Amino acid sequence: MASIKFQRKEFEKHIKLNKEMEEKISMFGTHLESISNDEIELEILPNRPDLFSFQGYVRAFRAFLGKETGLKKYKINSPEKNFKVKIDSSVKNIRPYTTCAIVKNLNFNDEKIKEIIDIQEKLHSTLGRNRKKLAIGVYPLEKISLPIKYEARKPQEIRFIPLEMTEEMNGLQILQRHPTGREYAKLLEGYDKFPVFVDAKGEILSMPPIINSHETGKITLQTKEVFIECSGFDFNILKKTLNIIVIALADMGGKVYAMDLDYGKKEQTPDLSPETMKINIENVNKLLGLSLKEKDLEKLLPRMGYDYVNGKVKVPAWRTDILHEVDIIEDIAIAYGYDKIVPEIQNVSTVGNESIESKMRSKLSEILVGLGLLELSSYHLIKGSEAKTSKVREENRIEVMDSKTEYKILRNNLLVPALRAFSENKDNEYPQNVFEIGTVFSKGNSESGVLERTNLLIAYSPSNFTRLKQTLDYLFKTLDIVYSLKESKKEELIEGRNGAIILGGKEIGYVGEVSPETLNAWNIKMPISVLEISLEDIFNKFR
Amino acid sequence: MSKEVAVKKENDTEKNESINSIIDKLSPIERKVVSHLNLSFKKIVEKSGLEESGVIMALKYLEAKEVLKIETDVKTMIDLGTNGIYYKKKGLPERQLLILLETNNYIPLGEAAKLSKLSDNEFKAALGVLKKKALIGLTNGKISLNAKKEELVKKSLEEQFLDVLPLEKGKLESEQAYAFEQLKDRKDIVELKEEKLIRVQLTELGKQIAGKEITTDLLEEVTPEIIASGKGKKFRHYDVTTSVPEIYGGKKHFVNQSIEYAKKIWTDLGFKEMTGTIADTSFWNFDALFTAQDHPVREIHDTFFLKDINGKLSDKKIVENVKKAHESGVSGSKGWQYSWKEGEALKPLLRTHTTPLSAHTLARLKDKDIPGKFFAVGRCFRNETVDWSHGFEFNQTEGIVVDEKANFRHLLGYLKEFFTKMGYDEVKFYPSYFPYTEPSVEIYGYNKEKKVWIEIGGAGIFRPEVVVPLLGKYVPVLAWGPGFDRVIMDYYKIKDLRELYGNDICALREKKAWIR
Repeated sequence: MASIKFQRKEFEKHIKLNKEMEEKISMFGTHLESISNDEIELEILPNRPDLFSFQGYVRAFRAFLGKETGLKKYKINSPEKNFKVKIDSSVKNIRPYTTCAIVKNLNFNDEKIKEIIDIQEKLHSTLGRNRKKLAIGVYPLEKISLPIKYEARKPQEIRFIPLEMTEEMNGLQILQRHPTGREYAKLLEGYDKFPVFVDAKGEILSMPPIINSHETGKITLQTKEVFIECSGFDFNILKKTLNIIVIALADMGGKVYAMDLDYGKKEQTPDLSPETMKINIENVNKLLGLSLKEKDLEKLLPRMGYDYVNGKVKVPAWRTDILHEVDIIEDIAIAYGYDKIVPEIQNVSTVGNESIESKMRSKLSEILVGLGLLELSSYHLIKGSEAKTSKVREENRIEVMDSKTEYKILRNNLLVPALRAFSENKDNEYPQNVFEIGTVFSKGNSESGVLERTNLLIAYSPSNFTRLKQTLDYLFKTLDIVYSLKESKKEELIEGRNGAIILGGKEIGYVGEVSPETLNAWNIKMPISVLEISLEDIFNKFR
Repeated sequence: MSKEVAVKKENDTEKNESINSIIDKLSPIERKVVSHLNLSFKKIVEKSGLEESGVIMALKYLEAKEVLKIETDVKTMIDLGTNGIYYKKKGLPERQLLILLETNNYIPLGEAAKLSKLSDNEFKAALGVLKKKALIGLTNGKISLNAKKEELVKKSLEEQFLDVLPLEKGKLESEQAYAFEQLKDRKDIVELKEEKLIRVQLTELGKQIAGKEITTDLLEEVTPEIIASGKGKKFRHYDVTTSVPEIYGGKKHFVNQSIEYAKKIWTDLGFKEMTGTIADTSFWNFDALFTAQDHPVREIHDTFFLKDINGKLSDKKIVENVKKAHESGVSGSKGWQYSWKEGEALKPLLRTHTTPLSAHTLARLKDKDIPGKFFAVGRCFRNETVDWSHGFEFNQTEGIVVDEKANFRHLLGYLKEFFTKMGYDEVKFYPSYFPYTEPSVEIYGYNKEKKVWIEIGGAGIFRPEVVVPLLGKYVPVLAWGPGFDRVIMDYYKIKDLRELYGNDICALREKKAWIR
């Protein structure tokens, strides 16, 4: 989700805001996040980067309202002399593609310059995956000499004054010393050559995807003509990104010129010729549950910026999200209005069923609540320090990468969360008698490398072994299962006061009094008795 | 009978009734107190034979019955301090010194100090007092007795004062005030105490009851003997409005109560429960759901990947299908057009949504299972910081409907039905976007109390690029995965998300039941 700010005054020249209009804006899939006197803020879904520009948004939304519908046509002028970019084979394994254009007849003011920078930034962070997948450069044409070359050079051989700097730096210095250079340095990590755009005089225009030259890569109020390039890894996406920018400039009154790209093989960009996609009206009605006619499609599709004739849809060359017929069907639904689509209860008969795990969980908690126990529900992750306190062995720990909190290890029992709960509830009224049913994790042979079990923990505080054994007896009697206890040793429990719970010859859990050392380590002042059972074998008896 | 007399009689009857009903409700301790209510608090304690605390409790009960009002005055009382108690018995240090001097006149200071057995401080104090009163003289380091015989016998003002303590500070005679001034700074002879004086102010009702000797044959407890002895027994009436100590019962966790309820909605609607694991491979969490490998959600600062664990994928055919869907598309799709890497798909993670359960289900589905409806409610994870509105764990409910005839209107129908049962009488649908559904929809529910629309979930119809690789053919699959915590917070009016995971025993004990 990207949030885009527009000048309210400019916006209202085209779209007058009121309650009804605000709802329409939402029904277009772009919620109005906030409105102030100066600005409005819209949430744009990530599949519609063509709406990031003010011009793009107004164009699309007015069509949605039924004004100037259909595929908007823009004139692309043929390249003038030297409107050429030569792509050197040296960029092939670094940042292989670029798409370029020239736009003349521009009339910038501060607002418009800001708009262009905003679009660039939004495209960088969304479609461009933070410049990794694509980066955009805009240059004042008056400062550069055509034709242009896109090539890769050794960092030491790249020397220019980067934006907002006063001295010349080489490629490596930019990555080490320039703030933007440092931020994006990892994108050029591991390459011995960096890509650059160079003009006919040999001046470096920029080092994509990092930074432009201060001399030749900065738009000012005097700029009337610009050179635009997008560089990256996916020619198709680069073409569409360039299209999004040039039509925004065209909507500002710019005159768009194509450029000849020489990859060895010749290409020309920008290319605004629409793609044709077939659409089957039966599929539309089947998927949406509507009964639209040809003439409905003829009305609805143009309202989403398409041309439609006879089963064929012309898709704008700036839409990045149309992969399949279903994408167009969604746009038909949006044009039709989600608020006008009537929800319907499906007439199909199926039999509902709860899993045995769910049934057993609710049965067990019913039994335990009957004993007056309070159910807990804890995080599945425990703190690193807690894993240490409870001596979870290093090789048994499953840790998540780069957790933003101190919770970073998957619990392999329910005792740790229970002790945390007791330690956090010291000041609440006793007795505190609790239980929890939940998933615990261990390493193992599964697709994910993790095994999951459902455990049950019961703890009384203050209490003793007898109470726990009574509970255990009652629980198994109610489940009509025979279990036995065997003397055992467990680190957290008092020696001689704990036992292993045995079911069908297999150890499935433990019961005992928590040792004073453990309680002290958790800063707990009251005695606790606890039992924990792995429920898998019990579930199996009811499967 | 004249009208007035009739009215009066009626009033009297009413009055008597209320007096009688109060008398019936008197507990044993109240009864012991009632007959002495005309007396002072002290006397009530004395006569009732109860402890002071018992009397206070009885008075409070009677106050609740509007028989009386308890008034408390705070008085500052002067009483003996620890030394004062001792001196009252043994005499003040100055008295002890005088007695010594009577028999040992004109002795050196040091010797007097030793013989007197007074502490240093006491001796100095005694000297000071006696000198000030000119009862002794001090010459050449020796003490001489100047007092006359009768002066020696007479009790000093201080001594008289100690004898009559305790006294109220505000009501001292001038001589007593003088004695207090002399003693107040000396160590622990007198002390000040705040004393609460309880006074009973009878109400009109109280005046009629007070002093009554209440002999009652009302019974207190039901005992086996009383049960056996037959009918017609009268018991003392309780004041049912009196508050009693709180108790707590066992209780299911409120989040689990709401989850059980949600599960019931789905089974009632004919859905079968899907089960599966929390840890899974990236493949099932992302790739099988047509989420491109460079999608931002797959970055380490959004998703919990597992350290030092290798995943694997056993169904090679499905892996091939998914790879194709991403690279060049299936069933008329263009795909994402990039080179898909199995290594990226193998990374194990904690599921970021419950939708991998749906992907697994589709991959397992046989023709005979269609039409089929499936649901899950489960815990999901994201790499987030924790504050009132964020957490690294959250609950989601998942559902899919696999049916040739299923369509977008049915999707909206299921969602509306579910959320109506969850307490949102009004729901609205807006366009939305997920990589794996098209069309996609965002659900808003109306919160009646706050009078605002809130976002409660996302849904859509699975893209062919999701369904075909897993199922082997295209069948419409309606799918949803709304978060659940928002709904729970709305119901319990919880403002801080952390309360859902915090296990505050006090809060859990007091939570209301989930009833929809």
